[in-house]
Amino acid sequence: MTYLNQLGVDKSLDLYRQLLLLRRFEERVYNMFLLGEVVGTVHQYQGQEAVAVGMCDHLSHTDWITSTHRPHGHAMAKGVSPRSAMAELYVKATGCCKGKGGSMHLGDPDVGMLPAIAIVGGGNSVVIGLGLAFKLRKTQQAAVCFFGDGATNEGAFHESLNFAAVKRLPIVFVCENNLYGASTPYHEASLVPDVAERAKAYGVPGHIVDGMDVLAVHEAGGAAIAAARAGKGPILLECKTYRYIGHSRSDARGYRTKDEEADWKAKDPITRLGGQLMAEGVAQSKLDELDTGVEAVLDDAVEFARNSPEATPEMALEDAYA
Amino acid sequence: MTTTNPIPMVAATAQHAEQPERKLTIAEALREGIAEEMRRDPNVFLIGEDIGIPGGFGGAFGVYLGLPEEFGRERIIDTPISEKAIAGAAVGAALMGMRPIADMQYADFLFECMDELVNQAAKMRYMSGGKLSVPMVMRAPVGTTNRGAQHGQCPESFFIHVPGIKVVCVSDAYHAKGLIKSAVRDDNPVLVFEHKMLYGSKGRQMAGGLDLTMHVPREEYLFPIGKAVIKRPGTSVTVVSTHLSLYRCLAVADELAAEGIECEVIDPLSLVPLDTETLWASVRKTGRLVIVHEDTLTGGWGAEIAARAADECLFSLEAPIKRVAAFDVPLPVAPIMEQTVVPNVERIKSVIRGVCQ
Repeated sequence: MTYLNQLGVDKSLDLYRQLLLLRRFEERVYNMFLLGEVVGTVHQYQGQEAVAVGMCDHLSHTDWITSTHRPHGHAMAKGVSPRSAMAELYVKATGCCKGKGGSMHLGDPDVGMLPAIAIVGGGNSVVIGLGLAFKLRKTQQAAVCFFGDGATNEGAFHESLNFAAVKRLPIVFVCENNLYGASTPYHEASLVPDVAERAKAYGVPGHIVDGMDVLAVHEAGGAAIAAARAGKGPILLECKTYRYIGHSRSDARGYRTKDEEADWKAKDPITRLGGQLMAEGVAQSKLDELDTGVEAVLDDAVEFARNSPEATPEMALEDAYA
Repeated sequence: MTTTNPIPMVAATAQHAEQPERKLTIAEALREGIAEEMRRDPNVFLIGEDIGIPGGFGGAFGVYLGLPEEFGRERIIDTPISEKAIAGAAVGAALMGMRPIADMQYADFLFECMDELVNQAAKMRYMSGGKLSVPMVMRAPVGTTNRGAQHGQCPESFFIHVPGIKVVCVSDAYHAKGLIKSAVRDDNPVLVFEHKMLYGSKGRQMAGGLDLTMHVPREEYLFPIGKAVIKRPGTSVTVVSTHLSLYRCLAVADELAAEGIECEVIDPLSLVPLDTETLWASVRKTGRLVIVHEDTLTGGWGAEIAARAADECLFSLEAPIKRVAAFDVPLPVAPIMEQTVVPNVERIKSVIRGVCQ
């Protein structure tokens, strides 16, 4: 029995809808950025959607995630409302961080997502405090820490995974290995071929997961989160994935080949799950219908963001201290 | 002692005059304050290196001795030697509504976790648009003790530059207890700097024979963060200092009184927020300001007070504002060099005499 069959078609369709939400959200943001409606810079998530969706589907709003400078997908998967997320990218007063976070600090405590931490490895050390609080309070909450392959060479990766291990904290560390830290290839940054192998150094399980397959991530993530909740301590998951676009908006991607990009796009998580669903008898029209629904949600989000009030100068001086 | 201090030390002593004196060291006062807060609020816990290991040190300076026996090692959390993890754990737990007291064995090690303090603890509230807060305390011992360049720095000034963090310096037992309790209850990250030579009896000799134990009432009290205390009233010159330098200033003030120079010695206690009301009232009265700190001169917190005093009190000043600080070199070990670098009694005396001429 395949994992899709275990989940059932309805659940799998919901994962498909979530993948679409993340992809279409980023397509909107890309266009709005070109139109000059989104300020600053953006680091986009196209290609990596299976990781955020597969993990966050196991979490409720009382579970927490930490994210990175590339947080839009995590926010959508964790349930940040598209309206408040889009308004945050438009840096409006109605944004989930009142326009103070913007793209790189997108997050919403109301749904269990810290403002994204845009220091590489920054979330790795903060997340252990989340796990520690859950453990001290003896709740069943879990935390998921998303980070890139670049973070694995930060000191925070080492200190935090070791600390979480010796304290048996309910944390899943999810490395989204998209092969490049900005422009630097992973193989130039480490002699260990797989990040997952590093788990051995901390006495915790480490698993390689196909990060282009939402069902694979969902299956591995579900087991890891259940183990964390059961008090078995942290797990390191390395999701092999790929970002279709540049590191940030100014990146022309001269450090990688078009062939490599095409190879990874051939593994596209949305196309893949769509094909699997159709093989189970789901009609193309059903998939199109989900897409139309997602586009309507995003039409509404962009409209909301555009029409929202601007932040005020006075707001800049608020919220530094409690 | 001061009009702006809501819990004056003299009054507190008088109030409990019937009781036998209960003299505590700073270490004992901190321990008592921390224990009271841990009994009051189950969200309070301690985290750091070598703080609760059975048969261990009770923290680098013994502040936590006895606490693991009362509260258990679940709330006195020993960590690997991982300062980023200690600070990160404190930030994260505070974000979840707990009230961690994190421990740095030496303030010099704070540089190991600058990201967690400066980029995370200080900014999480602001970046979340006010939805989150980070009610954590970080204790850090400062001060040179013949241990050289990496175990004796006074890095308070690095942190007054970071919006979102409060910075407290404790110099006596009464205020140490009142302030550590306020720090635990504060909804912001609070860094509490303590001087190694002032924790216990050893400091007495180093501080020129002063008895650093102090009456600490049995009754619970808090001392607010952001209030300075006038340690010695005077009319000739305002002297602002913290930690061990404060006691040197008090010793100098005794000597200079014989020459007719009456120093008003103020312990700011909190550098952020700063009790400018008490400071400027004093400067306007004396017309002279000398700031003394063991931190190095350039960019030290004395520079901030000097700049603000020039802004607020210029037309009350009768002499240039002076700073007495460590010279801008790393700390040497040899006592003769070390005591040359930090503000010693002779240097403090000479500068105060100079502005009072």
